[in-house]
Amino acid sequence: MNIQAMAQDIPVEGEHTMEGVDFITSGDQYLTFLLAQEQYAVDILCVEEIRSWEQPTKIPNAPSYIKGVINMRGIIVPIVDLRLKFSIGEASYLDTTVVIVLTYQSDNNSRTIGFVVDAVSDVLNVDNADIKPAPAFGGCVGPQYIEGLINSENKVVTILNVAHLQKVEPHRLHS
Amino acid sequence: MTVDLSQFIPSFLEESFEGLELMESELLNLKEGDNETIHSIFRAAHSIKGGAGTFGFDKVTEFTHLVETLLDEMRDGRREITSKDTEILLESVDCMRLLIEAARDDDNYDHDKVEQTTSRLAETLGDEPSSDSDNQSENIVAASNVCGYTINFIPEHSLAKTGNDPLFIFNALAELGQLTLSADCNDLPALVDIDPQELYLSWQLTLYTDVGEAEIREIFEWVEDECLLELVPIADTSNTSQDIEVLAPEEEPQSQSTTTNQEQLASTQNASSAIAGAKESTAEDTNIPATAKDKDKAKAKADVGSIRVGVDKIDNLINLVGELVITQSMLSELGNDFDMDKVDRLTSGLEQLLQNTKELQESVMRIRMLPISFAFNRFPRLVHDLAIKTGKKMELVIKGEQTELDKTVMEQIGDPLVHLVRNAADHGIESCEVRLAKGKPEKGTISLDAYHQGGNIVIEVKDDGAGIDRQVVLDKAVEKGLIEADAILTESQVYDLLFEPGFSTAAEVTDISGRGVGMDVVKRNIQSLGGRIQVESTLGKGSCFRVHLPLTLAILDGQLVKVGSETYIIPLIAIVESLQIDNKLINRVSGDMVLYRLRDDNVPILPIYQLFNLATKCTEIDKALLVVVEADGQKIGLMVDDLLAQQQVVIKSLKDNYQQVAGISGATILGDGSVAMILDIPGIIHMALAQAQHAQREKTDGNASVTAEVCL
Repeated sequence: MNIQAMAQDIPVEGEHTMEGVDFITSGDQYLTFLLAQEQYAVDILCVEEIRSWEQPTKIPNAPSYIKGVINMRGIIVPIVDLRLKFSIGEASYLDTTVVIVLTYQSDNNSRTIGFVVDAVSDVLNVDNADIKPAPAFGGCVGPQYIEGLINSENKVVTILNVAHLQKVEPHRLHS
Repeated sequence: MTVDLSQFIPSFLEESFEGLELMESELLNLKEGDNETIHSIFRAAHSIKGGAGTFGFDKVTEFTHLVETLLDEMRDGRREITSKDTEILLESVDCMRLLIEAARDDDNYDHDKVEQTTSRLAETLGDEPSSDSDNQSENIVAASNVCGYTINFIPEHSLAKTGNDPLFIFNALAELGQLTLSADCNDLPALVDIDPQELYLSWQLTLYTDVGEAEIREIFEWVEDECLLELVPIADTSNTSQDIEVLAPEEEPQSQSTTTNQEQLASTQNASSAIAGAKESTAEDTNIPATAKDKDKAKAKADVGSIRVGVDKIDNLINLVGELVITQSMLSELGNDFDMDKVDRLTSGLEQLLQNTKELQESVMRIRMLPISFAFNRFPRLVHDLAIKTGKKMELVIKGEQTELDKTVMEQIGDPLVHLVRNAADHGIESCEVRLAKGKPEKGTISLDAYHQGGNIVIEVKDDGAGIDRQVVLDKAVEKGLIEADAILTESQVYDLLFEPGFSTAAEVTDISGRGVGMDVVKRNIQSLGGRIQVESTLGKGSCFRVHLPLTLAILDGQLVKVGSETYIIPLIAIVESLQIDNKLINRVSGDMVLYRLRDDNVPILPIYQLFNLATKCTEIDKALLVVVEADGQKIGLMVDDLLAQQQVVIKSLKDNYQQVAGISGATILGDGSVAMILDIPGIIHMALAQAQHAQREKTDGNASVTAEVCL
């Protein structure tokens, strides 16, 4: 599955696509994906690649949502199952299960982590002004992970904060 | 066209640090009348000055200029080389390093030290070598006999084309003193004949200054070959006391513009060298934290530095890549129309590929290898300084400095080695009187040696000093409560006590060593590099510390083992032996601890599947295999399902994208592209201990709650 190809498929309706080049350079593009039946999105500039699911090598005594590590062209990349991390839906591994590899560049280092999701769906063009704050009623996903909500057609898409997603919570060895 | 000079700064810094190292080592070898050495020191100083000037590091330029002046006097034979001068020069090298580091980090430096050295340098320069007296005013009189020069400067016409601008030269001269000049335009051709790129003028300059002829010539150094230069000294006709007063202040700001009034006062007060020495030692004491901080910073920076590789290594690499390409094309041709008849050729081709890959891997690793002289270079200076500080006589013998070692290992082994050498100098070597009384040569010897042994490198720090008194060590250990008074220890166990935190046998704490901080750190550092340290000592004859290190940190020889569905790698160096479990040798003791009798040892058995919470079918002890590993002197038996191949693996960090995992030192990628974890043996032992303690605590807690219930 190729992002570029997906980006080409964007329906020509908004003014963004009319300007052509704009949709490559603007930072307002989000990759949406499915967890159970809910739509989530991440900043597309953080997406390194989308891989099909493969069984990773287990990390001893890691929390259950960390499935292990894989070899991505010589880089060791940990795999986090978002469905387990957020307790949404069932963590089943089918042919359509994919891993979105995100790289987040913070001040002094960059971290590459793969996230298991049910399916990748679309690329959205979003104006910053259209992002609404999430209601503070909570849910499975902790508020620190949510950057905001956007309305896309008749659905609501949750934009996730990649910086927070990438933080590895130190976990203690459970005996 | 403007050139962005800043892109050259890193190479300037690198060269400067190399130059400083060279200066330092040559200064230590400096002997009277050794002109070649002085020349090379001078050249190093000069290129640092030149470079610093180009990049606008004025402080460095200024300071180096002073150093250079002193060196110049030595070079010309106008000054005798005394040990005092060498000391000052060595200190100056330190200052130059500080200044260059400050310039690099765009940071503050240790002003006190630099200013003090500046004033001492200036003071030394003030000493006229020919005069016996130290009286400064007399020197000025002597120096001011020549108050200036007439300079005839007739450049060749092509001078401007070489990128030299006479204006810069004149500006530089004007900084030395009062300059008047007149241009001679007789050579100027008619306007139509003028080539705008040529220089037709010549100049006559008069410079009133008190600096030496050499310094003026130095300004013309870059154009020397392309001009006619005549320097005629103007004799000072009015050699009166008034002149001295006029000239003296002129000299001060020029030679030491960083000096404040206070410092001038200090420099006059310091006229007698005894006071200067005393002040220096106190200043150095207060400077210790600052320099230590600087060192840390320098180390942090050095980690990302570049590496110089010999051309032969690169050539070798290119050859190997060439061979690899040939093998590859042979194989792909073979693959184009393959039938079973060609299996033999395929096998031999694959074998060749294996050979090529191995050689390529080896020579790529060799690029990271540097001769250990990089780490050893700082020791002559260290021993020299220590000899002065302790008042003992000692010399350093370095052997095997061409032994190669991985760059990362080298960077991390430096500090532990410094510690060992310091200890040898401070505790090992005795004072001259004691040595003579014992019938040893007055001068103590510390020797550093490095050599390969198997896949390891061994570094020896040896001294012919007093040796380690086992009884003193034992007494101290008993006093500190480290061992029981009646404990019987083997020799190596006694020496292991030396590496306990807070352990020191030094009767008194000196500022060099003896606080008992350090040896434990030395041991920890060496262990973190995957190495170990060994002590040998004969009382009265000396001691020898032997550090064994792996050649590289990037690759390790590993034993692949299977546990459940996972493959793990055990570092080969940690494995004592692997064996099939014999049921008769299993003993269950004190509840649930399982011991395996291995000849005389009882080795606790640790099932990996339990430790890592894995599902495996192989849970019965007698069906599994046992890999006995050792770390920190503790043996344990790791229970695994199966032994697989042995192979070299490239270590990849888990920390980059994840975090450190207990019991795992890293990961690697196996031949099939999958990831396998490398076991961290000391970590696993630690984990097992922690788990056992945890379980024990839970049990006692459980008992407590049961009794509580009963009471209710």
